[in-house]
Amino acid sequence: MNRQIIELVSWRLASAVVTLLIVSFTIFLATMMLPGDVAQILLGQAATPEAVAGLRKAMHLDEPAIFQFLKWLGGLASGDLGRSYANNMPIAALIGGRLANSLKLAAATTAIAVPLALTLGITSAINRNSLYDRIISGLTIAVISVPEFLLATLAVLVFAVYLRWLPALSLANETKTFADLLRVYALPVITLTFGVSAQMIRMTRAAVIETLNTPYVEMAMLKGASRRRKVLWHALPNALGPIVNAIALSLSYLLGGVIIVETIFSYPGIAKLMVDAVSTRDLPLIQSCAMIFCVGYLVLVTIADIIAIVSNPRLRT
Amino acid sequence: MTDRISNWTAADDRMVENAIRRGATRRELLNMLLMGGVALTAGASVLTRATSAIAATPVKGGHIRAAGWSSSTSDTLDPAKASLSTDYVRCSAFYSRLTYLGEDGKISMELAESVESKDAKVWTVKLRKGVTFHDGKPLTSKDVVFSLKRHLDPAVGSKVNAIAKQMTGFAAKDDLTVEVTLANPNADFPTIMAIHQFMIVADGTTDFSKGNGTGAFVCKVFEPGTRSIAERNKNYFKTNGGPYLDSFEYIAITEGTARANALLSGDIQFASNMNAQTSRLLENNPKITLVNQAKGNYTDLNARLDLDPGNKEGFATGLKYLINREAIKTSVLRGVADIANDQPVPPSNVYYNKELKAKPYDPEKAKFYFQKAGLIGKKIPLVTSEAPTAGVEMAVLLQQSAQDIGMDFDVQRVPSDGYWSKYWLKAPVHFGNINPRPTPDILFSLLYTSDAPWNESQYKSPKFDAMVLEARGMLDETKRTEMYHELQRMISEDAGTVIPVFMGGIDATTSKLKGLRPNPLGGSMGYAFAEYVWLES
Repeated sequence: MNRQIIELVSWRLASAVVTLLIVSFTIFLATMMLPGDVAQILLGQAATPEAVAGLRKAMHLDEPAIFQFLKWLGGLASGDLGRSYANNMPIAALIGGRLANSLKLAAATTAIAVPLALTLGITSAINRNSLYDRIISGLTIAVISVPEFLLATLAVLVFAVYLRWLPALSLANETKTFADLLRVYALPVITLTFGVSAQMIRMTRAAVIETLNTPYVEMAMLKGASRRRKVLWHALPNALGPIVNAIALSLSYLLGGVIIVETIFSYPGIAKLMVDAVSTRDLPLIQSCAMIFCVGYLVLVTIADIIAIVSNPRLRT
Repeated sequence: MTDRISNWTAADDRMVENAIRRGATRRELLNMLLMGGVALTAGASVLTRATSAIAATPVKGGHIRAAGWSSSTSDTLDPAKASLSTDYVRCSAFYSRLTYLGEDGKISMELAESVESKDAKVWTVKLRKGVTFHDGKPLTSKDVVFSLKRHLDPAVGSKVNAIAKQMTGFAAKDDLTVEVTLANPNADFPTIMAIHQFMIVADGTTDFSKGNGTGAFVCKVFEPGTRSIAERNKNYFKTNGGPYLDSFEYIAITEGTARANALLSGDIQFASNMNAQTSRLLENNPKITLVNQAKGNYTDLNARLDLDPGNKEGFATGLKYLINREAIKTSVLRGVADIANDQPVPPSNVYYNKELKAKPYDPEKAKFYFQKAGLIGKKIPLVTSEAPTAGVEMAVLLQQSAQDIGMDFDVQRVPSDGYWSKYWLKAPVHFGNINPRPTPDILFSLLYTSDAPWNESQYKSPKFDAMVLEARGMLDETKRTEMYHELQRMISEDAGTVIPVFMGGIDATTSKLKGLRPNPLGGSMGYAFAEYVWLES
């Protein structure tokens, strides 16, 4: 089993490097296709041709774009993310605090969403077709169908504007006490939990039901295993593969895809940073953010695969 | 029953409050209300409500969190590069200008004691004594020369490089006297010095992230794209008046509804630039005050006079009769606009030509002009986007009016990202959006002279060019005003730019925040609100 995992991880590492290279080149090409460059965007409406040319020269942007890209890539290899074109700050400093914020938000959401989704998914699978199952299924489908911005805005209206229990903004650097922390994170975490757990609940329910229908679970039942033992010992380990994969996909979304929640709650995370970078055509920053999302995704999927192997008795031999 | 008025809306309350802010007397206001059909007793109650909302004595102290609408990693504290409203607010708090453009459109002195010239070509700036930067360095003429000269260096990327180019000589005569020589006489020099980008920084500054200026607030925290925290400058050179607040935090909340909600929930005390739609969430709430900004920003429809169909005589004039200004004002902008007359100088400007009336909505007359141009029945592409405010709504409105007279406008909606570099100024018929500028001369030389960089309709007239040049150097105010009136008339009649309305946003604050007034340099009191507002205890 250990050898299998080591092989998987080393294979994944090798392919990750190639994937990252391909992704970063694709991003570079996509950035090149956007109209305007950083000098034009920074000057905005004041961009007369000579002003643009002057600024480009001063920012060393008059070199061919591919050269700038290779320079950034070379810097990355030596661990240097470069400097932002837009404000000349080191990219590591720009990303640092915001990545930490995004990770905090993702961790808080995971800590609530994953146990919640597993509990609801498993219990509704056990009580399949009961009233309880129907209510849970109905609710999850309803939540999947409501767009996040509506959920977020409704949550703000109810909890911040009318009830005044929670702040409408989540300014992460304002937190001094644990109570503050809870108040600041409550609304974005609730919104995100709704969004990501619905998918996980559906996936868990489906996977558990499928394994509950298999002959070996029936065998366990005939041998007199309790219902708890049947589900937790016989069915769940076999269903874990698809479940952790669904969880991994949902979590990778939390890292870079929560732009709507970040915007509505003014939460200084990394998704907004990436959007800013694209709108100012800040190539090194775009690339660095993209690499972080990509690495995050690859790590999560690899962990999911390892868990699937470890938990699945058939793959374990 | 007497104090209940039908048809009275929060927008009307705002109108009265704004009139009071402008300094209208009670008698003028009652007349204004009577003309609107409001009974005298009822009118008096409206006035009491409105005046009590404004009259109060400033108090010192308190902290507020204010939110603008745009912020990104390109946020800067370098005044030369300032481009978003967020930058303007921060720079206005940390730095000072030589002169200041007041709400009446007139110039007052700030860092300068006097700005004078005999020939409008060589200007002598005398500086105030005893002004210090936040780091303790005293202000001298060297700082002024450095601050002005850097706009000419392309590596700085100054937003006002085009305006700064007319300054050709800089000399520090003594510690507190600077002499600036212009390429050509320009009587507007004192007003130009009131533009945000010409704020004074310390000689030799290269790192602007500290915000080391002479302004009313000292920069404590600055995180581009996230927030800034400013504390009152204890050594501020102005001793009478503001700043009143101990400190303020400035953030941006991009989304209008989220900004309104944050204000309603008390997370912020100031939400700038609410549009007509979002401000409806806030009106009638006694805890919120809405203040109309001075109107000067406009979205215009441009027909390039050098390309088909704008080169056919009558097309541009037809458009001016076909655009339904009243509908744009009331339906699209929900009343938060002033009708404009196809020229760029807004009513708040001292040189505004009152005699020049806007062309009425007259489809028949428009049809006559389109027929004259031979364009009836032809498909005419109309390029629009979300980028110019209300550009899409105006295009659709125009398209509908055109259908009634047999004109076929093909509305082409393009993405806002890249609109300014790809379509604006380039497409034969397109929409543009122009921010207010403090002087007619800047507007004219930026937008209408033959060599103007943003000549939206490619309007070329040697007579116009000559008069702009003459008016620029004219120190006689009466003659100057006459010339500016004539120039406005020429643009309104001959240029291919259709300017339907002047727009202005609405700033929303908690009712406890006082002292906010409109300013011709833009919203949030020309972005300088922090120095002038106070929190009621």
